[in-house]
Amino acid sequence: MSTARRMRALVDRWAVPAFTALVIGYLLLPVAIMIAFSFNDPPGRFNFVWGEFSLAAWGNPLGRPRLDDAITTSLGVAVVSTVAATSLGTLIALALSRYQFRGQGATNLFIFVPMATPEIVLGASLLTLFVATAQEPLRTLTGGALFPLGFQTILVAHIMFNISYVVVTVRARLQGFDRRLEEAAMDLGANEWSTFWRVTFPLIFPGIMAAALLAFSLSIDDFIITTFTAGTSNTFPIWVWASIRNNLPPQIHVIGTIIFVVAVGLVVISTIVGNRNNRAAAAVLAPR
Amino acid sequence: MRRPRWLIPWLLMAPGLLWLLAFFVLPNLQMVAMSLSSGTIGTGFQLTWEFNNYLGAFGRFPDNFRNSLVYGGLATLLTFLIGYPLAYGIAFRGGRYKNLLLFLVIAPFFTSFLIRVISWRIILGDNGPIIAIARDVLSLVPANFSIINTPLAVVSGLTYQFLPFMVLPLYVSLEKIDHRLIEAARDLYAGPWRRGGLVWGAAGGALLVGVLLFALGYADPSLDGLLGSLPVMVVGGFAGAGIGSLLVSESFVRVTFPLSLPGVFAGSILVFIPAIGDFVNAELLGNPKTQMVGNVIQGRFLQQNDYPTAAALSFILMAAILVAIAIYARVLGTEELTGGRA
Repeated sequence: MSTARRMRALVDRWAVPAFTALVIGYLLLPVAIMIAFSFNDPPGRFNFVWGEFSLAAWGNPLGRPRLDDAITTSLGVAVVSTVAATSLGTLIALALSRYQFRGQGATNLFIFVPMATPEIVLGASLLTLFVATAQEPLRTLTGGALFPLGFQTILVAHIMFNISYVVVTVRARLQGFDRRLEEAAMDLGANEWSTFWRVTFPLIFPGIMAAALLAFSLSIDDFIITTFTAGTSNTFPIWVWASIRNNLPPQIHVIGTIIFVVAVGLVVISTIVGNRNNRAAAAVLAPR
Repeated sequence: MRRPRWLIPWLLMAPGLLWLLAFFVLPNLQMVAMSLSSGTIGTGFQLTWEFNNYLGAFGRFPDNFRNSLVYGGLATLLTFLIGYPLAYGIAFRGGRYKNLLLFLVIAPFFTSFLIRVISWRIILGDNGPIIAIARDVLSLVPANFSIINTPLAVVSGLTYQFLPFMVLPLYVSLEKIDHRLIEAARDLYAGPWRRGGLVWGAAGGALLVGVLLFALGYADPSLDGLLGSLPVMVVGGFAGAGIGSLLVSESFVRVTFPLSLPGVFAGSILVFIPAIGDFVNAELLGNPKTQMVGNVIQGRFLQQNDYPTAAALSFILMAAILVAIAIYARVLGTEELTGGRA
């Protein structure tokens, strides 16, 4: 009996943590494989089977035709769409959480719907719109800017799908916001404008940064929507997709690894900065 | 103040909302029109109220719709079974490592989606570690057994890709639970869930194994297939009974789990929607017979230029998702999902 009970206690204590560790390992396994296979010299054209250790791809990470163009496009789209979507989305989040107005519930729902729409539908519907702008009357209206497809149509799509994610992220930050800090600033004689820039903005800045990071990573990684809106231009994922029919060079894994390391680094930095700001706010409120 | 106060929020929101109107609402209206149009890309498309597009879309690709529903449904079920204990472990046992563990859950998103799928090609491949262990070390499967290019590979890929979407909402709803409620349940004599765990665990385990065998094509949908899969289902039943009676407590069944239902709801939807519309996993991990609706839509739009059919397919997909969510919402009932004060 006592062995059975001890067994049970052991299971109770370790089953959940062991499972947690196992699943985390499972989640990270493909990332580990990616990093490992960036050092591979594959025996064929496809980097699916381990050949031997090699630094060749790391020495020449862009050494594939049109890969550098694809990465430039990816970065350009990601930077511009992040800035645009973060600005537009933060304004919506501010309006939704600072004001009470008619139509608020409907707006919340409207913001949510694009996130609940499958990417393939978002991409396909944008493609039909862009194709329709090749015909009148939309052609004159858009000045032909949206057809033929290219950098600008990828950008339009990425701003669109990023806005909702920014709104949700920034709004979550604003909901934990302590209005007493603003009241304190107003009591001390600051007007609305300087209260916003010197109190509100610094406090929600980590939320905006988190939203921007999310937008950037969604944009640089997006494949499904981009495949409908890219036309003949390449982003990095589109390049990988096109490449995979003929070959799979280890350069893909090298660039994937670089993106991973940079993204993780940025998140770590922004978390540290965010924690510091939180502590500063806590210090202001502490001696109540 | 000179401006009327009700105008301010609308002014703040105007640029973003206009963008969504122009590039989310308008395209969808355009696609409705397209799905009812006829013509070719060369001659242009005219709106001719061609409702046959929908019949044709549905009639010509029944297998793809079935694959989407089955694979998307299985992926949702599996992410729930894997994700729930994980979210529970982080929320209740994470201690001061909670944030680190959550970060590790989303870390895969910092690599490209396509590269993660490609990694699964390596892991599940005929020369990969899983086959090597199952075939060469444990001799569980015959020498010509493959995972790659089968439905199992597609479902594995989908399950992996969308697991974090399940874990995060589950974590949020588990984290919010007031631990005093669980203590109260224990004070009121909620103990281990022996009998219930045994019965429900056995039934659930056997059913899960059965569903997997049939849905993934390892058993024929016939009496022989059912008889053939019975031994494996019995093994699943024993495993389920063990887990149910040893690990699940009454306070979990009566307090924790019901309180986490909003997370189950949100997580299932967040997994089901992208899974059912995905075409990348089916393309890179599957074979021509495992193609999903997404593969057809993608091909019709980008290769055959058959826009009306593809648009009709997209709308059937959207409708299927909305119906699934509506049914699901009636069963679980929650407004957590939109996160708003609607």
